[in-house]
Amino acid sequence: MNMSAVFKPHETFRDDFSYRNSPHAIRRFPLPFPEDSYMYSVNIEPHLPGPPGSVVQFAFDVDEHYVAECRERAIVLAAEPLRYQALPHMLSSQWDCLELIMESLARDYPAHFSLSKQGNRWHWINRPLGIDQHFTFGDTTTLPREPLDYITRQAQGDFVVMDQREGDLWAEAGMVTTQADWSMDFDLGMTFKEWHGPVPLAHELQVFDRALKFLLNLRLGQPVRRLNWTMTIHPRLDTSPENYPKWGPDRAAVTAQNAGDLVHLRVELQGLWRLPRSNAIVFGIRCYLISLRELATVPKWARRVHRVLRDLHPALVDYKGLTRYRDAAVAWLAPFDDGAPTTAGTAPE
Amino acid sequence: MNDAQTIAVEVIGIEQVTPLIKHFKLAPIGGGTLPVFSGGSHIIVVMQGAARVHRNPYSLLGSPKELDTYEIGVRRMEESRGGSHFMHDTIEVGSRLEIAHPVNLFGLDKIARKHLLIAGGIGITPFLGQLEDLHGGGVPYELHYSVRSAEHAAFLERLRRREGERLHMYYDSEGLFIPFQTLLANQPLGTHVYVCGPAGMIQHVIDTAHACGWPDSHIHWEQFSAPPVGDAFEVFLARSKISVHVPPDRSLLESIEAAGVEVPYLCRGGVCGFCHTRVLELEGKLLHNDHFLSDADKAKAKSIMPCVSRAHCRRLVLDL
Repeated sequence: MNMSAVFKPHETFRDDFSYRNSPHAIRRFPLPFPEDSYMYSVNIEPHLPGPPGSVVQFAFDVDEHYVAECRERAIVLAAEPLRYQALPHMLSSQWDCLELIMESLARDYPAHFSLSKQGNRWHWINRPLGIDQHFTFGDTTTLPREPLDYITRQAQGDFVVMDQREGDLWAEAGMVTTQADWSMDFDLGMTFKEWHGPVPLAHELQVFDRALKFLLNLRLGQPVRRLNWTMTIHPRLDTSPENYPKWGPDRAAVTAQNAGDLVHLRVELQGLWRLPRSNAIVFGIRCYLISLRELATVPKWARRVHRVLRDLHPALVDYKGLTRYRDAAVAWLAPFDDGAPTTAGTAPE
Repeated sequence: MNDAQTIAVEVIGIEQVTPLIKHFKLAPIGGGTLPVFSGGSHIIVVMQGAARVHRNPYSLLGSPKELDTYEIGVRRMEESRGGSHFMHDTIEVGSRLEIAHPVNLFGLDKIARKHLLIAGGIGITPFLGQLEDLHGGGVPYELHYSVRSAEHAAFLERLRRREGERLHMYYDSEGLFIPFQTLLANQPLGTHVYVCGPAGMIQHVIDTAHACGWPDSHIHWEQFSAPPVGDAFEVFLARSKISVHVPPDRSLLESIEAAGVEVPYLCRGGVCGFCHTRVLELEGKLLHNDHFLSDADKAKAKSIMPCVSRAHCRRLVLDL
């Protein structure tokens, strides 16, 4: 098990924002900055098992926030059911995703999940959420919901499934409730480059041409991953365009005094898997949130994040929505940066 | 990929299905099941020959639902550099082979309104897996299968039994040929055509479809080229700082691998573009044999697919 912490089922990502990271969760936080400055790169690497205890030890990381995140997803879906969508031709990829997630969780966290199979008759147990389900693999009528809907309600992070045809990838199914200001409802049916249209600079760097070419050749059994990041005010998972009026104004409340508690680094651990029956690709976007105050408990990280934010390219400041509060965050972090060099890599030291 | 990621299998059945085609059944050593795959997928079979290693792509032709075994069909190629001869002459029941995870470069389009499948000879193999995906799917399809003569019609019994009236057979020996023009001019909108067979047949289907107004997005084909034999040449690998000799019966990719330099690859048949390599210096000409580079890119001579392409040159420097 990579959880020395127990689940914290009552923490919240809205209203009173009671979400916090334990010291253990802080130490394993996936800092996306291997250097003191940041620019885009095609930073894709094989999704191989990482060090014990790290967020990449297993295919899908289940951490202390698991139960609370699943409950947050249910709250979002109850209000806005269209956060989950799947076009009809994506059904085989839905079963592929269900298989991938169930097999991974049961293999990697046997104390929490178990899966037994007799032919197509499967039995799934999710102990943290109190679920015990018998069903027939491939028969949608034997599950309470569509397969992708069913299984991603029991997983942390968003999932987008991309069909591969015409030399492109089409986002045609997905569960998206913990997103950094984009919408499955808006992007459904888009091609890879359409979906990434708003990203500045990267098109000129041909990042998406190379990434698409790479992904079209993604192999079964050889998933890949990358980290991406932005910032969010409060530990709010659902920063969707649909709910912009609820979270957008928060950004005006940040000052150099309160930035340590309000401003959160938001890191996405993105994983990509080729799916076997459908030949589709599932794109997992797992969100990790950490306040600047929590981050600053690691001196190296405080120095590094201060420098990255201070020197960030203006186009990225705008695109990531940091314009209103970047200066306040930099000011809050400045006292932690004594100018000493940082060691290479992201380890906390 | 590299060979560390292969799966060890044992040959558990061999059947001579036509004078030129053998049907092999492969099972994982030690039991268990093989990876799930989608119709149209192929595997690379790694064969440890006496003098050299062969790595050939073969389509999976069994049911993606039955994973105790994989099935492949191997045609004995006249001008083989050894791979198909090795499979035909050396491999017997009980032989062990290595295979790579399946890759699908010839998948069915999931939003097609109808699928029109056209096979010539050994080109039937990828369709056998695709047909398994089409069964019970509710999308209409038909298969047009052309062979030299009845004795060359591999897997005909299986196809007749499962496909019934969806199967249309054509025998050269009886003067029966696929009516490409009529067929392609009379399909409902939203039909996708898939063709696998001899190079001339594929080109004819593409040209005829274009002439009938088909969009490129609705025309699918797969043709694995065997790396052709050619004159020997020398290549210098700039990053590895070594010179490699490419003999007549070995591909550029195989020669580079034999020298201990790893090149990423997927299909080894000039289709996928994964082994795309930059040409840094060239005195002479490249002999492009792939289906990936555009004619314009081939003319530029700035890149090469070492899996099937060669060179006729005094000097060639690659970015490897």
